[in-house]
Amino acid sequence: MLHEKKQLITIKGTREGLTFVIDDSCSFEEAYIELGEKMSISLNQKEEPIVPVVVRLGNRYIHSEQKEKIKNLIEAQNRFSVQSFESDVISKQDALLWQENSTIKVENCIVRSGQVLEVTGDLLLIGDVNPGGKIMATGNIYILGSLQGIGHAGTLGDRNAIIAASYMKPSQLRIADYISRAPDYESEGVFMECGFIDEKQDKIIIDRLSVLSHRLKTLSGFERRIKNG
Amino acid sequence: MGEAIVITSGKGGVGKTTTTANIGTALALLDKKVCLIDTDIGLRNLDVIMGLENRIIYDIVDVIQDRCKLKQALIKDKRFDFLSLLPAAQTSDKSAVTTDGMKKIVAELKQEYDYILIDCPAGIEQGFQNAVAGADKAIVVTTPEKSSVRDADRIIGLLEKEEMEPPTLIINRIRNHMMKNGDMLDIDEIVQILSIDIIGIVMDDDEVIKASNQGEPIAMQPKSKASLSYRNIARRVLGETVPLQSLDTDAGMFSKMKKFFGIRS
Repeated sequence: MLHEKKQLITIKGTREGLTFVIDDSCSFEEAYIELGEKMSISLNQKEEPIVPVVVRLGNRYIHSEQKEKIKNLIEAQNRFSVQSFESDVISKQDALLWQENSTIKVENCIVRSGQVLEVTGDLLLIGDVNPGGKIMATGNIYILGSLQGIGHAGTLGDRNAIIAASYMKPSQLRIADYISRAPDYESEGVFMECGFIDEKQDKIIIDRLSVLSHRLKTLSGFERRIKNG
Repeated sequence: MGEAIVITSGKGGVGKTTTTANIGTALALLDKKVCLIDTDIGLRNLDVIMGLENRIIYDIVDVIQDRCKLKQALIKDKRFDFLSLLPAAQTSDKSAVTTDGMKKIVAELKQEYDYILIDCPAGIEQGFQNAVAGADKAIVVTTPEKSSVRDADRIIGLLEKEEMEPPTLIINRIRNHMMKNGDMLDIDEIVQILSIDIIGIVMDDDEVIKASNQGEPIAMQPKSKASLSYRNIARRVLGETVPLQSLDTDAGMFSKMKKFFGIRS
C-alpha cells in the first residue's frame, strides 16, 4: 500500500520570509498534527535571525483559539514569528461589522445644542451642527451644512479620518486622540474646508477641500478598511 | 376645540411670562376665548403680571390633587370676560404636577377655550416636561444673546422629540442700536442657527417693565411699539400673514408718513 498522501502543509520561501500554506480540505486536527511533525523536524538554531511567517489558510476559517494554537506551535521550537494569518473567508459577524464600518451613514437633521449624533463608519450629515451639538463617527465626517459644535472623526483611533464641512466654525475638532479647539478671539468661519491630522506638524489642521484629493485616494473605498482589518 | 400653545425658552429671564401674558391679552383683544396656565410651580409670576394675584384662591396643584374643580381654580381677568388664568401653586414644588395631570387639564380647557397658553418654567426638568405634555404647538422665546440662543437651540431639540408641530420663534428684547453695531446677534444669524420659523420680534422697551409692574400687560396700550409686536404675534397665531416690523424706527416712521401722505419714493 502506498503511503503517498497529499501534503497538507506546504512551506514556501519568499523574500519576506516563509509562507505556510495549509490545505483547506482537511480537518483542523489533521493539519495541526502534520504541522507539529513538520515543526519538530526542523532544527532550532539559536544564532539564526527570527524568520517572519505568514500563514495562508485558503478557504478555511479558524477562530482565534485555533489561531493561537497554530501560532504557539510554529513559534515554540523555532525562531519563527507569525506575522499574520491570511484567509479567503471571514465570519458573517466580521463581514457585517466590516460592512457597517465601510458604508456611509446618511443623516438628515440638525444636531442641536446638547444633542450627540454617533455612528459607526462614515457619516454624511445633511444639516447643521449647532454650537453645543456633537457628532461622532468611527470613520470620516462629511457635513453638507455648517459645523459649529464639536466634530469627532475616527473615534476608534483612525488617524487618517477627516472632517469636511460646507461651513467650518467648530468649537472643537477631534480626530482619533487629537483635539484642537477654536481660537479664543472671535473668528469667522471658513467655507468648504476640511480638518485632518498633519503628520509633520503632529496636529489637526484645517485646509481647503481640494487638498483632500490626493489624500482621499488612500482614504476612500474599501482598501483602507481591508488594511485596517 | 381649542389649541394649546406652550411658551418656553430654556433659559430664565428672557420674557416667557411677559410674552404669555401679552399674547394672551392680544388674543383676547381679538375676541378669542383664552386661558393662561402658569406651570412654574413654586415661582409663580403670571398672576402678578396680569394683576390678578390677590384673586387667587385655588391653584393648579389643588386641581391636580382633586381639592377643587378646574372651574373653581380659574380666575377671570378683570379686563376681558373670556380671558382666564390658572395660577401655579406657590407652596408646592414641581413634582406635585404630573404630565398626565397636565394633559387632563389641558384637554378639559380645550373644550371651553379657543387658545390655551401654557407658561413654561425655565430649565428642562420635570416642570418643562409638564408644560409641554398637553401642548399642540410651541413658541420658543429667545433674546439676541448667545447664551439664550444656545438654550433655545437645546429646547428646540427637545421639542422636536415631542409629538407636536415644529416650534416657532419669538426674538425678544431687541435693541436696535446694538444689533446695528453688531454687538448683538442679528435676526438672520439667530434664525440661521435655530432654523425654525419666526413668529415675531419684540423690541426692548422700558414700557414693558413698567406695565408688568402695574399688573397691566403692555398689549393693552395701543401706542407702544412692543404692544404692536404682541398684537402682530397674536394675529400670526390666528393664521394671518403679517409682515415683520421694520427694525429701523426712523425709516419706519418716515415711510409711514410718506404712505400717509401718499408720496411714493
